[in-house]
Amino acid sequence: MSTATSRRSRKALIGVALVGASALALVGCSGGSGGGSAPSSFEFLKNSENTTTEPVLNVLADGECKAENEKLPLEISSQPQADLDSQVQLLASQGGLPPMFSAGGNPAEGAKLADADVLVDFDKALTDLGVRDKIAPGAVSTIEKLYGGGFDFLPFQYNIEGIWYNTKIFSDNGWEVPTTWDELLDVAAKAKAAGYTPFSASGEQGWPITRLISTYLFRELGPDAMQKIADGDAKLTDPEYVKAAAAIADLGAKGYFGDNVASLDIDGSYNLFLTGKSPMIYMGSWILGNINGADNQVGAENMSFFPFPAVEGGAGSIDQYPANVGLPATFSKAAYSDDVASWLGCIATNYGTEALKQGQITGFVADPSASADLPEISQKVQETIADSTDSVLWFEALFPAKASQISSTSAALLVTGQMSPEEFMSTVQDAIDNP
Amino acid sequence: MKSVLGDRKAIVLLLTPALLVYTLIMLVPVLWSLGLTFFEGSPLGGFEFAGFDNFIRLFSDSAVWEALWFTIRYAILVTLFQVVLGYGLALLYNFVLRKSSVLVRTLVFFPVVLPTVAVSLLYQKIFQSAPTDGLVNELLVNVGLGSVDWLGAGTTAFVVIVIMDVWRSIGFYGILIFSGLLDIPDEIIESSRLDGASGFRLFRHIVLPMSLPIVFASFIFSINGTIKVFDSVFALTGGGPGDSTTPLTLYMYRTAFQYSDYGYGSTIALLLTMICLVVTLFIFRSSRRDITS
Repeated sequence: MSTATSRRSRKALIGVALVGASALALVGCSGGSGGGSAPSSFEFLKNSENTTTEPVLNVLADGECKAENEKLPLEISSQPQADLDSQVQLLASQGGLPPMFSAGGNPAEGAKLADADVLVDFDKALTDLGVRDKIAPGAVSTIEKLYGGGFDFLPFQYNIEGIWYNTKIFSDNGWEVPTTWDELLDVAAKAKAAGYTPFSASGEQGWPITRLISTYLFRELGPDAMQKIADGDAKLTDPEYVKAAAAIADLGAKGYFGDNVASLDIDGSYNLFLTGKSPMIYMGSWILGNINGADNQVGAENMSFFPFPAVEGGAGSIDQYPANVGLPATFSKAAYSDDVASWLGCIATNYGTEALKQGQITGFVADPSASADLPEISQKVQETIADSTDSVLWFEALFPAKASQISSTSAALLVTGQMSPEEFMSTVQDAIDNP
Repeated sequence: MKSVLGDRKAIVLLLTPALLVYTLIMLVPVLWSLGLTFFEGSPLGGFEFAGFDNFIRLFSDSAVWEALWFTIRYAILVTLFQVVLGYGLALLYNFVLRKSSVLVRTLVFFPVVLPTVAVSLLYQKIFQSAPTDGLVNELLVNVGLGSVDWLGAGTTAFVVIVIMDVWRSIGFYGILIFSGLLDIPDEIIESSRLDGASGFRLFRHIVLPMSLPIVFASFIFSINGTIKVFDSVFALTGGGPGDSTTPLTLYMYRTAFQYSDYGYGSTIALLLTMICLVVTLFIFRSSRRDITS
């Protein structure tokens, strides 16, 4: 009996040793894959919320980039946006970044990747490939402003922001398109009196409200208003900054955002505008997808766009559009093989035109004939982008992740009177000072 | 069996795999996290030794104390409702519905098996105020009261979170305490009835004392679950508006993974661990005293 037991126990011991060894091997191996060596596929890790890049890349993989795709097949994987920055940072620290990936939902986090020298320098890479001129200069300048001065991200989206309005409601009521802040307030008051929610804005998201604050600041103090905060040359608690927060809080106090702005989500805010219950919405040009979509009950022909109005006596200009590159994508330096470089060249050359055919405006230079079939409003936005000479950023663009989060989540409290303008600005400034 | 468990080698063999796995997946990360409390930085930028800076920051960070205060309020209220209402349900099953309680038990237990995110979406719709009113606001408007933006203010959002989490878990506590009540011998209930005890007196002097051990077990389960609340708040309000419904767990998650501050995030995690430890020890001590008395 005891011999049998000891034989069994020896076998079991070997079993345990094997299990232990494999466990250790698993632990040791995890996270180490994919680093350094030439990739076997052209993997693109994107945020799940991005549904526009994949269809364009798929068309390219079957068309203009077919040769590249045969050498290095395109593989697309997704990660929820909220976890993307931390996931990418972990991969970067392990040398496991895929050849192409979305990053920099918070620009400060994207700039950290650039600082860590894990990204391809597109200025050099695209020049080497002879396609540097395929990226629009405006988009490159926005990227440089956002991500620490270098050209380390690609503008798969390029948006300008402003106020979208219902031309039918405006003309039926005889309202003029406002060019100054006071005129905007006048139109808002008339809209409220006529039973509309003057501005549709999602307090649940917060950023549609904080963008009003920053654009007011850019008009009043000039295009470097937020850069001064980032550089520490000014504080959000300075009276001229608090004044902007107070101006937007006042819109809320007058009921211009509606009664339930705090819990209105982004789809709900689009809905108010697209069903004609609200005549104005501050938004980026990505809203074109919804305006040209089937849910628009007002009709794309009854909608247009005007820039955020000037603040009387302010240092900024009405022509300075807030611009962004959405959540951009970039390339890993470690995985940048010759085959990946071929893909980059093909994307730079063809992405803009294919995206435009699908109704998307990007920072890649596109063949103008591709926009011939686009709706009028899309063409107008594309012309505005092409004509604009200067751009500004948005409220959270240069904030660290914590301040960005706090600013967005507290905006609803500001416009519902649960937080005073002074409190709001000092809470955000506090998060900037203690990132 | 006895000879196997009497053999030291056999004991070592039986324990080693479990201990090895436990050490790898529990103790190593815990000790790692403990070590991180003395560092600042992130995996990308590298870590730097920070001494006790994270602890000093913890005590001066008002957001931590606000999150802790939210966690405590939430834990006390939800635990109380879960156990007291669960007890009420158990009494209903055992003394009123008796054998016909199966259907009710199943229905009340149903939310327990639903995914938290699904329940949160359901409650978002029920308490919705924009762009259209949800069920609750419809009812309020129909009885002549105004619509309330439930998730738009900290106080009302807190009420919704409490209602949702009590609804979601009350079935579990009902069944748990019901199983305790089943252990009370029928003879004792019968004899006390013959002695004239009925209604509240029967409950106060017979049922309650005999079911105290399971009630304490329920409190331990509940408080340890509620003090670590994360998923339901994250899915329902995301901690907002502002940080008015941010529990300590969510603040820890944001600090470590969204703000890439692993050291300070680990320090908040350590605070949470200490709180869980103190609460568990406190409840264990008091439950032991009660059972022996």
